[in-house]
Amino acid sequence: MTLKTNILSIFSLSLSTMFKEYDVIVVGAGHAGCEAAAAAANMGSSVLLVTMNMQTIAQMSCNPAMGGIAKGQIVREIDALGGYSGIVTDKTAIQFRMLNRSKGPAMWSPRAQSDRQRFAEEWRLMLEQTPNVDFWQDMVKGLLVEDNKVCGVLTGMGLEIRSKSVILTNGTFLNGLIHIGEKQFGGGRTGEKAATGITEQLVSLGFESGRMKTGTPPRLDGRSLDYSKMEVQEGDENPEKFSYSDTKSLTEQRPCHITYTNEPVHEILRTGFEQSPMFAGRIKGLGPRYCPSIEDKITRFAERERHQIFVEPEGWNTVEIYVNGFSTSLPEDVQYKALCKIPGFENCKMFRPGYAIEYDYFPPQQLKLTLETKLIDNLYFAGQINGTTGYEEAACQGIMAGINAHLKINERDPFVLQRSEAYIGVLIDDLVTKGTDEPYRMFTSRAEYRILLRQDNADLRLTPKAHELGLASKERLDKVNEKLKQSNEIIAYFKKESIDPTEINSELEALGSAPLNQKVKLYSVLSRPFVNMQTFCKGSERVKNMLENYSPEAIEQAEILMKYEGYIHKEHEMAEKLSRLEDLKLHEDFDYKLLSSLSAEAREKLHQIKPRTIGQASRISGITPSDISILMVYLGR
Amino acid sequence: MNNYHLNKDTIVALATAHGSAAIAVLRLSGPEAVTIADSVFGSRSMHSKELHKQLANTVHFGVIHDDEIILDEVLLTIFRAPNSYTGEDVVEISCHGSLFIQQQLLNLLVKKGARLANAGEYTLRAFLNGKFDLSQAEAVADLIASNSAASHQVAMQQMRGGFSSKIKTLRENLVNFASLIELELDFSEEDVEFADRVDLKKLIITIQNIIVRLIDSFEVGNVLKNGIPVAIVGKPNAGKSTLLNAILDDERAIVSEIAGTTRDTVEDEISIDGVLFRFIDTAGIRETNDTIESLGVSRTYEKIHDSSIVIYLFDVHEISRNELVGILDELSSKLNGAELVVVGNKIDKEDLEYTKPEFSGLGEILFISAKEKQQINELKQYLVTLFDSRTINVTETIVTNTRHVEELRQTNIALTKILEGLSQNLAGDFLAIDIRTALNHLGNITGEIHSDELLANIFSKFCIGK
Repeated sequence: MTLKTNILSIFSLSLSTMFKEYDVIVVGAGHAGCEAAAAAANMGSSVLLVTMNMQTIAQMSCNPAMGGIAKGQIVREIDALGGYSGIVTDKTAIQFRMLNRSKGPAMWSPRAQSDRQRFAEEWRLMLEQTPNVDFWQDMVKGLLVEDNKVCGVLTGMGLEIRSKSVILTNGTFLNGLIHIGEKQFGGGRTGEKAATGITEQLVSLGFESGRMKTGTPPRLDGRSLDYSKMEVQEGDENPEKFSYSDTKSLTEQRPCHITYTNEPVHEILRTGFEQSPMFAGRIKGLGPRYCPSIEDKITRFAERERHQIFVEPEGWNTVEIYVNGFSTSLPEDVQYKALCKIPGFENCKMFRPGYAIEYDYFPPQQLKLTLETKLIDNLYFAGQINGTTGYEEAACQGIMAGINAHLKINERDPFVLQRSEAYIGVLIDDLVTKGTDEPYRMFTSRAEYRILLRQDNADLRLTPKAHELGLASKERLDKVNEKLKQSNEIIAYFKKESIDPTEINSELEALGSAPLNQKVKLYSVLSRPFVNMQTFCKGSERVKNMLENYSPEAIEQAEILMKYEGYIHKEHEMAEKLSRLEDLKLHEDFDYKLLSSLSAEAREKLHQIKPRTIGQASRISGITPSDISILMVYLGR
Repeated sequence: MNNYHLNKDTIVALATAHGSAAIAVLRLSGPEAVTIADSVFGSRSMHSKELHKQLANTVHFGVIHDDEIILDEVLLTIFRAPNSYTGEDVVEISCHGSLFIQQQLLNLLVKKGARLANAGEYTLRAFLNGKFDLSQAEAVADLIASNSAASHQVAMQQMRGGFSSKIKTLRENLVNFASLIELELDFSEEDVEFADRVDLKKLIITIQNIIVRLIDSFEVGNVLKNGIPVAIVGKPNAGKSTLLNAILDDERAIVSEIAGTTRDTVEDEISIDGVLFRFIDTAGIRETNDTIESLGVSRTYEKIHDSSIVIYLFDVHEISRNELVGILDELSSKLNGAELVVVGNKIDKEDLEYTKPEFSGLGEILFISAKEKQQINELKQYLVTLFDSRTINVTETIVTNTRHVEELRQTNIALTKILEGLSQNLAGDFLAIDIRTALNHLGNITGEIHSDELLANIFSKFCIGK
């Protein structure tokens, strides 16, 4: 035995007393890892969170913002399930906007600008306050696997730490390769080392891996910018918040600014194309189509004379600025020269250049709907390792993996959300069933039943489930039940009580709505376009006094449920119809290769994905309705 | 799950129409098709031709024998999976067309291990083996049941995918529309120009026009498939029954009963120049004591209501000009869009010069003698001209399938809702519900539904992404 290994073995021997056998080891402390650790620990599992750098827990690697269209709904869902993302965001936001207010309520999407450093700090503090969570700074370079079951991790320091389950949330770190112009260097984020070993081991265990690419824009010194040349974008006048708990909404906010690229900017950017790692083919991974680099935008949409740039502050006090819309991997001098041609950026100083990063991911069809891998028992994947992009997408996978890891080792039923129950359900079903070639981001259009999946009712949809799981407190559940009770009372009142033409006609006329000739039920007046609760409050003292007994959330809920009853009802019906297909179970070990009547592609896909239900099978790409008919024939339907 | 014998056994059935003809074709399909055929087929001296060694798509001459007894001389064609109608191994045997021989051969093949096919089983197998999409499979069923040249052409066109491709184009248009709406929803924060509602409305109206035309074509398609309904009405003893027989008699030979059609009888259908006519309620006409006393009888009106063509037949010797005018007046008010053909019966050559002037000025009247079969051909030709070739242009896409037209009707309802929503300035997320409903109904026809295609469409057309 050499001296070196001798020392190491002594080292690991002494530490092994500190490291008991954990229930759950979470590898990586980004948004997915943090939510996973919190969920499993709050349910009662002993958790070890292993991260390469304790200073970058819950680091926002890209833009300093949470939420947005569809993503905001996900944060609300995470919060309703008892996750921390909403609370942390509320505590560290510097601006809040409810996007899409002019659209229907299903489209209302909360979005916050965050203070990047406070966000990470708040997450760390909350995790430190969470019982059952231990921390360890180290790189995990391999898994301990016995009989196709994971039983711990092997670290860069040579430690073997044992556990009943492992959740991998490696983000962009697996063999991460950063590109700036012709330069490339290994790394998981700028200035941070890449993680090696895990991909190679998983591939040798039979996993399929792939490469993806994403990018980030340069950061500037805010003191060097001329804001007078830009448009101001303020936060909402009456900002709301993410968490259903009693966090505070903002009383003070910081604005963002908007400026535009122009032809000279594009001209300079083009001079760097020869050195672009994208165009030269050095980057093999596929990037997201909805988050293209600026060089991609001016190439694909050459006819556009300008592109929008959002100038986002990175925090309350820091002068650092995030240049949203200018993601690039061109050489840093080209980046700098082009930036200087943007109005307001003439004298800009760059803190760090934008870059592209390539990393390993594992096509998510290799997962079950619980995010457990099909190949190795008790091993879970969450976040970018599954081919997704976005903090919110990662966080919600984290919480689901954490929940299911805990349930599995306690031999409880898995927790799977349906597509009609949550965006989280849509996301995981899409990943596992269809897979993804490009980084997967949530859009509302991915959900069949988005009228049901609103940000205002995530608590009604999910908190009762979370309470059952032991993730949401009794207090939280009581709050939800109270909201439901109040909302039902308001609806009952509106369906029972009528309003006199004298009370409301002047308000109706102001809205361009036909006046009433006789007493009409409040409910039917509310269903008119442009009429809302405010209309009644203005016109009728009686209604106003009644509503004063209720919380704003309950009033909003009642308003939405009544005003859009027809649509909500229709989607409920459609969801129910579909759930009948979800009830037709398929055996996990069914041999599709025996069904010669299926197309070769269908046989292959079904064999690979092993759908749990006919409904899931029907969503696999390449599975045609006739394949489904054949399956139904074999099921004897 | 296990009791379904799909693709495991070999089926046999007559591929040509039942009944006697010059030749008949038997078809075997399934894994044992060649083996079973080999066991009964040989040279004239009954030496095996070792069919399993023969190439696909080859024709062989020989005899079918049951042990030592030769049943028939036949031509035998071999198709091999997957290049056959069903996608399985198929053997077609062309034998002589007597009912007796057909029956003997079928019995023999069943004895050797084939199973008599269920109705539609060949098409089902073809569908299950991926030979057709849903709408094509349905078109085959129509093709088999088509007994006029025009409906045959529609079915052929549909089978080649004409209808499918039309629906696909419509879907693409609708997907474009949906993308424009989704763009406003998912990408409202982006710096892209959103579609003008007026343009969106135009787009929907264009799509709806095509859908409505397709729905309308169903009636035409239905007529092509089931025959143009013709009613013969008239007083008792006007000669309705004789006329019916006169029309049908000559053509009886080309009206054939085809297996699998739903009609109980085809006696009262006739194909004239490729157009199928169907005489309705002929039982009533054939009753020797015609109970229809006058035009006032409600049954007669029902008959008229169900027809596209009403032949009013009168005995030229038994009716006055004034009486005819009254009857035609009353009849015209009951027509419900049907064409009226007025036919004077029982003319003989001598009468013609008197009768014609008597009824002149009352519109076109055809004079015939049903009994003597005078002018019957002219009447038939006249019926064909009523089948307006301009409105029923068979090269256009015609919807013939009830399920398809139902999906199109549902699509149309959704489109109407979209238009309502657009004029009420409804938010895009609600419009999107109706758009998806429309897309799903169209997808149900061709069997394609992809939620990702909206996003793909958006990304290809708009510069998205901060």
